[in-house]
Amino acid sequence: MNNITNIALVGVGGQGTLLASNVISRAAMLAGFDVKKSEVHGMAQRGGSVVSQVRFGEKVYSPIIPEGETDFLVSFELLESLRYADSVADTGTAVINRQIIVPVTVSSGQQPWVEDIYERIDRAFPKNKIIDAMDIAGALGNIKATNMVLTGALSNFLDFDEAVWEQAVSELVPPKHKDLNVKAFAEGRRVTA
Amino acid sequence: MTDNKKFLSGNEAIAHGAYKAGCKVAAAYPGTPSTEILENVSKFKESIYCEWSVNEKVAMEVVIGAAFAGVRTLTAMKHVGLNVAADPLMTMSYLDANGGLVIVSADDPGMHSSQNEQDNRNYAKFAKVPLLEPSDSQEAYDMTVEAFAISEEYHTPVILRMTTRTSHSSGIVDLGDFTPLPSSGRTYEKHIESTIPTPLHARNMRPKVENRTNALREVAETSNLNRIEPGSDDLGIITSGIAYEYVKEVFPEASILKLGFTNPLPAKLIKRFASSVKRLYVIEELDPFLEEQIRAMGITVQDHKISLCMGELNPFRMKQLRSEIYGEPAPEIRSKGVTEGLPARPPVLCAGCGHRSVFYALNRLKATVNGDIGMSKPLYAMDTVVCMGASVGNAFGMEKAGYKNRTAALLGDSTFFHSGITGLLNIVYNRGASTVIVLDNRITAMTGHQNHPGTGKTLMGDATKQVSIEQVARGVGVDRVRTVDCYDMAAVEQVLKEEMDADEPSVVIAQRPCIIGSRVKTERQFVVDFDTCKGCRICLRLGCPALELGDADPNNPKLQKARINHVLCVGCSMCQQVCPHGAIQESPVATNN
Repeated sequence: MNNITNIALVGVGGQGTLLASNVISRAAMLAGFDVKKSEVHGMAQRGGSVVSQVRFGEKVYSPIIPEGETDFLVSFELLESLRYADSVADTGTAVINRQIIVPVTVSSGQQPWVEDIYERIDRAFPKNKIIDAMDIAGALGNIKATNMVLTGALSNFLDFDEAVWEQAVSELVPPKHKDLNVKAFAEGRRVTA
Repeated sequence: MTDNKKFLSGNEAIAHGAYKAGCKVAAAYPGTPSTEILENVSKFKESIYCEWSVNEKVAMEVVIGAAFAGVRTLTAMKHVGLNVAADPLMTMSYLDANGGLVIVSADDPGMHSSQNEQDNRNYAKFAKVPLLEPSDSQEAYDMTVEAFAISEEYHTPVILRMTTRTSHSSGIVDLGDFTPLPSSGRTYEKHIESTIPTPLHARNMRPKVENRTNALREVAETSNLNRIEPGSDDLGIITSGIAYEYVKEVFPEASILKLGFTNPLPAKLIKRFASSVKRLYVIEELDPFLEEQIRAMGITVQDHKISLCMGELNPFRMKQLRSEIYGEPAPEIRSKGVTEGLPARPPVLCAGCGHRSVFYALNRLKATVNGDIGMSKPLYAMDTVVCMGASVGNAFGMEKAGYKNRTAALLGDSTFFHSGITGLLNIVYNRGASTVIVLDNRITAMTGHQNHPGTGKTLMGDATKQVSIEQVARGVGVDRVRTVDCYDMAAVEQVLKEEMDADEPSVVIAQRPCIIGSRVKTERQFVVDFDTCKGCRICLRLGCPALELGDADPNNPKLQKARINHVLCVGCSMCQQVCPHGAIQESPVATNN
């Protein structure tokens, strides 16, 4: 059953994880794989932690990734990568956006910040790439394209043709922001190339 | 056929299935995880009339009416919504579904966004109607089409049972020939012996329901929705819905009887399968709905210690069961040792949310608050929550029980229209003095911004009459109706105090459009004057995500002062209003704190 590739996208509600997971799913589908994607909508979203999962392979049954079998983690935020860490395989790869969104529990002084966050990330993910996705997107004109920078950064680890990615991105991003998102994807891809 | 393959969520697939089946009328009230079904049906509004009904009971009655008229029709609701709609459902089972009538029940195992995890498969058995359980998006599409066919052939409503996971996970769906099936050509003709259940008629209808169930049992025996997937004869598993996917993942060697048509059950097929395997397990999510019926057939089902009857299933729980069945070591969740002390990130009220001032005032007034669904975030501010609209009756009941503390019912605008009005009328009629607070943000916010009778817009996108909460309240006989701006904190507190203390029924409408919907950044901006701030943290009691604490003095690490995050702040001024030191001031231009 291990011919399935498991990808988790984690972040904070509103960061654009859903669009990224849709692009990855679409790319996998165009590459000829069976694909399933799972996420939970509803009251858990607003400012809270969000997780979206994509699985692809010859035939995928469960839409949920079995515990500890996530091959690739795309984390939109530093703290959220740690929250999901135990679900990632020891051999897994983490692509992490260098951004901190301070939780209200910390900003209001109820809980201390994690001072050793980078050390923990290194311990949790022997293979990790921390990239300045938000800064890259900002330099291109809109930090909302952070999700496509991260998707581009992930793309090097998946064996799909570049054309497949181009088509998936073009189909799914809002038409009026297509150029920006295509560029953001290419920049992300360059960073991990 | 590659062209007709789409990547769809279960909910999107149902909408596509409704279109394919030639559905003409769809009605629902929003509720997670069912909401996207009607939102996606509305994308086919050229072919399908669709609406947000005022509540699930009305939605059910609308589609029953459409079925009487002979067209194919669909309603969708979350599991608890079917409780609201249960009255018409139970009797519709006896009446003639002249047009195909499909009821989608989206259950929520694990209670991702619900107050209970009732298993609505029981409703199908209770109401004696057919039940289909899709396992993925392809089946959600196919079974929607099939459900219409069964309904129309047997003149019965059919329940299509989804769960959060099947509704909200996506998969590849082959839509095949995606042109709507032709209409049945049926029209309404008066035949009251099958549409008016007077006792005389109902007694004649009753055996017909029984005969229909017997006929459907034969359909289930040969339906391609129920199939045996042969494997090892050592281990046999009967399963349905999402559980099938986990079984396939974790027990690839087992023989499987996959049931998609689960009421009435195909007894002969089940017996045949049971006799073909040495050990038989039934694996299903939530109640032992299949297992109890299978045991009642006299079939031996293996017991297991790992309980599956509570919460959402997942591959890990399936692996635990596997280890028990095979006597293998239990799977473990390994810890990487990096999660200790991670600060929580709970969902919060948005910066600028109008609800905040009402919760803040109720807290200061030490009021007992009977809350409602959709208001569930600031739990600390409420005392009770039961179901949609219950706050109103609950507050009145506490009053009649002699409870003397300041008490209020608290519900949203959409919930008020859904089921708050009848409770309010009851207070007036029965000489109560309760206070009902309507948090009026002009949208059904909790489920993701659906329109309702107060918004002036329908699901089809048409403008419509905007119903006034104030006029409704006055119309049912409430004389004390007051409207207050949520951003005026002193007024909110004053009005709430006066109305809770008044000796007659009252309604307070606390208004501010949902900040997410309006997306209007106000002109105002506020800053904390660092020298004036005493670090008292009173402003933080608002729980506003735009308020942060920062170090104030390098020599005194314990002293922290407030800061305003201008990316999040929308300028509602509540923090300025609560600061006792005058440290928060309006700033004319955007600054970087």
